[in-house]
Amino acid sequence: MALTTATEPGGHRERDGFGLRVSAALWRRPWARATILLTPPLAWFVLIYLAALVVLLITAFWQINPFTTNIERIWSFTNFSQIFSSSAYRGVIGRTVGMAAAVTVVDAVVAFPFAYYMARIASPRTRTALFVAILLPLWASYLAKVYSWLLIFTHGGALDWGLGKVGLSQVHLIYTNWAVFTVFCYIWLPFMIIPIYAALERIPPSQLEASQDLGARTWRTTRSVIIPLALPGIVAGSIFTFSLTLGDYITPLLVGGTSANFMGNIIYTNIGIANNVPFAAAMAMIPIAIMAVYLLCARALGALEAV
Amino acid sequence: MRTLRVRPKSRRMQAALVLASAALITVGCGSSGSSGNGGGTGTAAGQKVPTANLPVLQKIGKGEGKLNLIAWEGYLDPIWVKPFEQQTGCQVNAKYAGSSDEMVSLMKNGGGGQYDMVSSSGDADLRILYAGDARPVNINLIPSWKQFYPAFKSPPFNTIDGVHYGVSLQWGPNVLMYSKKKFATAPTSWSVIYDPKYKGQVTVPDNPIQIADAALYLQKHKPSLGITDPYELTQPQFQAAVSLLATQKPLIEKYWALASQEIFDFKNGNATLGAGWPYQVSTLKAAKFPIGDTIPSEGATGWADTWMLAAKAPDINCAYMWMRYISTPQVQAQQAVNYGETPDNSLACSYMDKIQAGSCAQYHANAPSSYFKSIALWKTPIATCDNGKPDCVPYADWVAAWNTQVK
Repeated sequence: MALTTATEPGGHRERDGFGLRVSAALWRRPWARATILLTPPLAWFVLIYLAALVVLLITAFWQINPFTTNIERIWSFTNFSQIFSSSAYRGVIGRTVGMAAAVTVVDAVVAFPFAYYMARIASPRTRTALFVAILLPLWASYLAKVYSWLLIFTHGGALDWGLGKVGLSQVHLIYTNWAVFTVFCYIWLPFMIIPIYAALERIPPSQLEASQDLGARTWRTTRSVIIPLALPGIVAGSIFTFSLTLGDYITPLLVGGTSANFMGNIIYTNIGIANNVPFAAAMAMIPIAIMAVYLLCARALGALEAV
Repeated sequence: MRTLRVRPKSRRMQAALVLASAALITVGCGSSGSSGNGGGTGTAAGQKVPTANLPVLQKIGKGEGKLNLIAWEGYLDPIWVKPFEQQTGCQVNAKYAGSSDEMVSLMKNGGGGQYDMVSSSGDADLRILYAGDARPVNINLIPSWKQFYPAFKSPPFNTIDGVHYGVSLQWGPNVLMYSKKKFATAPTSWSVIYDPKYKGQVTVPDNPIQIADAALYLQKHKPSLGITDPYELTQPQFQAAVSLLATQKPLIEKYWALASQEIFDFKNGNATLGAGWPYQVSTLKAAKFPIGDTIPSEGATGWADTWMLAAKAPDINCAYMWMRYISTPQVQAQQAVNYGETPDNSLACSYMDKIQAGSCAQYHANAPSSYFKSIALWKTPIATCDNGKPDCVPYADWVAAWNTQVK
């Protein structure tokens, strides 16, 4: 009905005059259609997403009353100077960034051959099976996965048992940053595989053939053709793994030991426990700043332009 | 990947939007900010409880049908919650908190009109009171209160200038837990948790109030520091306690944040020594784990809990019914035996023995006052010491030291 009337804007019918006039008006003014379509998501974006970030930014310049922990709206840079003047907080920032970088590199190294196999070698049936294997863990609860690692690492747990079976001595991994690192690498791996897979799948086979025709061997083709073309996928995946590691606090809380203070943990203890929202807000600005720098670097490298 | 690219035109528009919303929010906050919060000195001295003049309930009316409680794990056991729900029709909804600090944040803004009561400890009570998040309680509506031990009728942590802000609940020590697989006899001193011999086997709470445990230990072992109260520490005393904890850090297997974590670590052999609550001990015992608990010669820190009434409690009648119910000797006995703590009601002893023979003596429900004195009950460290001098280290510095110098 709407379609017919829209194609005949001149035709008048008495019965549904209003709907007809609206649809006719919208047909004549495409910008009005776009406005109506875009206003709700845009308003949502501005109100919910940007406003929340702005509130965060403002709160970071306030303090709390140390006794009652009520927020006092006095402007100052105290929170930021507290973060940067304390070697403990600087250590936390360094540890978090180092962990995020290490997790990203290891995930990229593990994910690349995996994604390459899926995209270019595996039969369609194997590919489906591998996809299920990657996506299935994402259906399970995050907490269940972390707790299962706790059971693997624990004293006399699955890891100790397995090492004992092959005659190796036990390793003490639980409540160390190695445990945190392992769990992070495991949990974020799918977020790296899928973008790399998508990038590799789109490389036309003709380009690889051209490379070979020009005399390039496997390594040269990989280095000069495949990796540059897959780079946007690697960068996209690294944005996921890096930012997810930067903000996580549950894994360090559960499997981390005495040195498992990460930025997320500082934010969590300051909001959820000490009720120092301004300090937590100041701390939360730091991962945002780090991610902004990261994205700018990625853009400067041209990684966001291709494809 | 194209979506990630931002064209200059739209970027300028975004910046304008950010600026516009920032301006709006700044204006909105600026106007409300001028009302201020009062206080700001960081001490209780000279401060008034903002809610002191709120009217109290004169008569308990019809229940609201629900009751939202913030509690310690183990404090809302079906054994005594179910009968309460059946008697009063008040459906109890539990929110469990892991630390005193968390309780203070949950009670922000008078419980936010969401929570009715909190079972907070002495170190949180004053912060809740002076923030204006608790409301006065008409203690005459709680008959069993008259049976309480004198120390818990109007204790300084929940009664200010004769105004009650809740009703005392139970108290108990933070015990030294040890695995009987490793220790044939109970350790007699807290020194074991500072002993390099037990590296990697120790677990203590992830809680700034642990500094008081170190201070209590130093009070007995380094008398030259002159510590008289582990919650009132001058800067040198405080630093001594913090550095003791910093040297303890390499021995720690895990700073536990949840009671369930400590239970997991003892069960799996990740820890054999630790500071904990009787709740963990009774849970491990129920799981047939060979766990031992003791109060070493130095004494122990402890808690005294209060059911505090939120300033904006939406279910006030049910809250009073709960206070009445939880104060009776029978229910006090049930909670004491189940959790392993000491009831405040002096008549609870005989009921405890009926539930579990010998439990009254085991949990010190009839112990002499010397036992009471060996436990240093949690309280909020404030800048003003008992002698009136502003030399003591306030709690905010305890949190900062815990996060930056200990952990």
